[in-house]
Amino acid sequence: MAIDGVEEKMMKEEVFDSTTASFLLKELKQSFASGKTRSYEWRVSQLKSILKFVNDHEQDVVDALRSDLSKPEFESVIYEVSMLKNSCKGALKKLKHWMVPEKAKTSMTTFPSSAEIVSEPLGVVLIISAWNYPFLLSLDPVVGAIAAGNAVVLKPSEIAPATSSLLAKLLSEYMDRSCIRVVEGAVAETSALLEQKWDKICYTGNGKVGRIVMQAAAKHLTPVLLELGGKSPVVVDSAVNLQVAVRRIIAGKWCCNNGQACISPDYIITTKDFAPKLVDTLKEELEKFYGKNPLQSKDLSRIVNLNHFARLSKLLDDEKVSGKIVLGGERNETELRIAPTLLLDVPRDSLIMSEEIFGPLLPIITVDKVEDSFDIISSGPKPLAAYLFTSNEKLKKQFVTTVSAGGVVVNDTTIHLAVDSLPFGGVGESGIGSYHGKFSFDAFSHKKAVVYRSFLGDAAIRYPPYTLGKLRLLKALMGGSIVRIIRALFGWS
Amino acid sequence: MEIILGEVRESFKSGKTRSLEWRKKQLTALINLIQDNEQKLSKALFHDLGKHPAEAYRDEIGVVLKSADYTLSNVEKWVAPKKCPISLVFFPAKGELQPEPLGVILIFSCWNFPISLALDPLIGAISAGNAVVLKPSDQAPACSSVLANLIPLYMDSKAIQVIEGGPQICEKILLHKWDKIFFTGSAQIGRIVMTAAAKHLTPVTLELGGKCPTILDSLSTTSDLKVAVKRIAGAKWGPCSGQACIAVDYLLVEANFAPTVIEMLKKTIKRFYGEKPIESKSLARIVNQRHFERLTGFLKDPLVAASIIHGGSFDEDNLMIEPTMLLDPPLDAAIMNEEIFGPFLPIITLNKIEESIEFIKSRPKPLTIYAFTKDEKFKRRILSETSSGTVMFNDVLIQFLCDTLPFGGVDQSGFGRYHGKYSFDTFSHEKAIMQGSFLIEIEPRYPPWTDFKMKFIRLAYRLNYFGILLLLLGLKK
Repeated sequence: MAIDGVEEKMMKEEVFDSTTASFLLKELKQSFASGKTRSYEWRVSQLKSILKFVNDHEQDVVDALRSDLSKPEFESVIYEVSMLKNSCKGALKKLKHWMVPEKAKTSMTTFPSSAEIVSEPLGVVLIISAWNYPFLLSLDPVVGAIAAGNAVVLKPSEIAPATSSLLAKLLSEYMDRSCIRVVEGAVAETSALLEQKWDKICYTGNGKVGRIVMQAAAKHLTPVLLELGGKSPVVVDSAVNLQVAVRRIIAGKWCCNNGQACISPDYIITTKDFAPKLVDTLKEELEKFYGKNPLQSKDLSRIVNLNHFARLSKLLDDEKVSGKIVLGGERNETELRIAPTLLLDVPRDSLIMSEEIFGPLLPIITVDKVEDSFDIISSGPKPLAAYLFTSNEKLKKQFVTTVSAGGVVVNDTTIHLAVDSLPFGGVGESGIGSYHGKFSFDAFSHKKAVVYRSFLGDAAIRYPPYTLGKLRLLKALMGGSIVRIIRALFGWS
Repeated sequence: MEIILGEVRESFKSGKTRSLEWRKKQLTALINLIQDNEQKLSKALFHDLGKHPAEAYRDEIGVVLKSADYTLSNVEKWVAPKKCPISLVFFPAKGELQPEPLGVILIFSCWNFPISLALDPLIGAISAGNAVVLKPSDQAPACSSVLANLIPLYMDSKAIQVIEGGPQICEKILLHKWDKIFFTGSAQIGRIVMTAAAKHLTPVTLELGGKCPTILDSLSTTSDLKVAVKRIAGAKWGPCSGQACIAVDYLLVEANFAPTVIEMLKKTIKRFYGEKPIESKSLARIVNQRHFERLTGFLKDPLVAASIIHGGSFDEDNLMIEPTMLLDPPLDAAIMNEEIFGPFLPIITLNKIEESIEFIKSRPKPLTIYAFTKDEKFKRRILSETSSGTVMFNDVLIQFLCDTLPFGGVDQSGFGRYHGKYSFDTFSHEKAIMQGSFLIEIEPRYPPWTDFKMKFIRLAYRLNYFGILLLLLGLKK
């Protein structure tokens, strides 16, 4: 009855304000307090429901993504549907194992005792997702939150409306509605949600909104998981298999939603001597992939909306770079399409080099020595990912140790996202916290330390009245030295 | 301040703090600092809080020494990259996790354990290879100045700095961009810190407090009960006279059992602190006039005052408050809704001890729950039905001493955790690293997309290697 209450209210008033939000949260809190989300069975049943609706409605998902982003079916299936299914299956397979309390060693100081670390759900979590991978980025955190035994409210991005409404429909049909809900909407609805006291907020998006989310969270001391972006560099050394390197760069850039992905290569750094060869190979391979007229290619996503189209156009029209285009640059405003575009030797103070590009433009910066790239990367905010192509072992080692980024991939791009034994998350400006696989479970769990003691082994020295003898014994005990303990006990020190 | 911060940031940028040698050298220097200056530290603690040297050693000096020793002997192991298994699809790629320092850390410590709450996080930050600015609490001025004087003498003052000061200084410090802020203190200030951190997307660890309940089941044997009562008294008045985030805040017992417990607690107080506890050298004093007034303010409520069954006397000149017990004060009174942080022990009686679970659940999540019981079923219920930073069965406080356990709160008692390896992790970024080679190219990764490529990828995701083989041989439709 209560559930219908909120729905009715939402239908009638057609606004989701702070009152509705608090009403919704209250309901979910009650469901959580009942303890049902904690059981292994409930978690498994919900994860299976996700798998089920993904299997039942794969075509609908592909259609929604095509409508929102003209995303090629192939990309939708591999990067969104399959990735999610994998994440779900992985969680199902390992959940029992994840839930087992972790034994912890205890020391002599606290003998006799045993200790463990218990993973417990945080409560009701809010997940705010992004428009570029609107399906995966909505549900992947949901998988983690459910696996950890939380109740969830999901706010999909209004910028991908078809996916947002599909998610709202599917989740209410397949999932336990007393604990898992979708709220659709834009700024007003999000603000109403952010006013509430959640037990964790997971936000995927940009740093500007990330700051707003964290400030709202601070009012209630709510921990946050922020998955942001950044300018992820690709360093290309001359000691490479150039064709393979180039294809992998293309796979990470244009095959990932036409560059509208947080881990897409943002710019390339290479040496002056090597740049012409690199550009030629990029041109060749791009033509093989997308033909002579990429604006017509069915294998490229479009730009999400006019705002972003205008933003990207502005980057290209900046007079500092407009003469630097060596490939592409074609645009079709009515169809929101931009061709893969390469810019060579852009100045570092240009617009395109000062913000995350998030689109099909790829500037190339040239340096004298490949090692100079480290300083360029370190001088900017820490990116979400950093890529290096080289066969030079020394360079690899240097890169991996000196470049700070959420993740580092050598000789490939973006594939670390698909490896669930690696945590996925940023550092500095590229975000706070990480998820994927077990890391998702941990991100939505509280690790409760539990100590079991018996009534034995009570040492008088712990208690007042304090004396100097007690002080001596205490020093010996905490130092853990047997000899000193004996000496103190016998009063020899 | 700008000059200090610039210097610290430069030190981090130079890369010197990353080397294992630097980390070990600083940790050793810290150990030397403590060993050489134990008297000074002890005196400062006595000056600020009236802590007896034994208490000072047990709760502060010893804790830091132990933590530094443990870190020093383990840090080499912690900095090593961890291998991660990667599925065959990505063969021959390798995956690993490499911890890297975050950068420049800001540590705000608290006045109740002004030495250990300053130096324990510092140990973690150093072990992870960060540069650090420490802002000790100005409410423990002697300890603050001892730290400010000693740290530059022993440690690398270009990379580790102490800034002293009050609220104005804090405000100024918070305007700057830090790579991590570690804060120990109250929820109210915690909110301010996190709001400031949000402007720069700085991650925070908040070590706050809360009302830590203690459940005392009706123990069947007298000897067990004696131990339990002693431990409860030890955890109420022992750590800084109850001014500790993990001190017992209130006690839950069954009504018919309460008289026995109260009698035993009275005896224990007498044994610990003598006939005149206010004059006892073993009892710490209240930190300052403001907190003294806050605490005595609790008792201004006449219903609360009427519930006092033991103690209740003060010495305002010396800021001493006697260990005080209250039986069933009104649950809506301030003393039952704010963290007490002082030597008052409300005893709440219940019909059945199991009701304690509901009692605790209906309140904000505490930093710790203590429970004295031998009933295994009850233990399990407490574990699964309540939520708190930590749970400790049949003892008190020692969760703070286990280097292998994470220490930290949940909900209003904070988030993030530290101690031992968890401190190292708190001040590190775990960088995911994947190394591929140019050897094997999987054609279906690339456009133009075809049905064949689609099938291939589907099989690859399911790790169906046999299916892939069939597909490649043209045997699969």
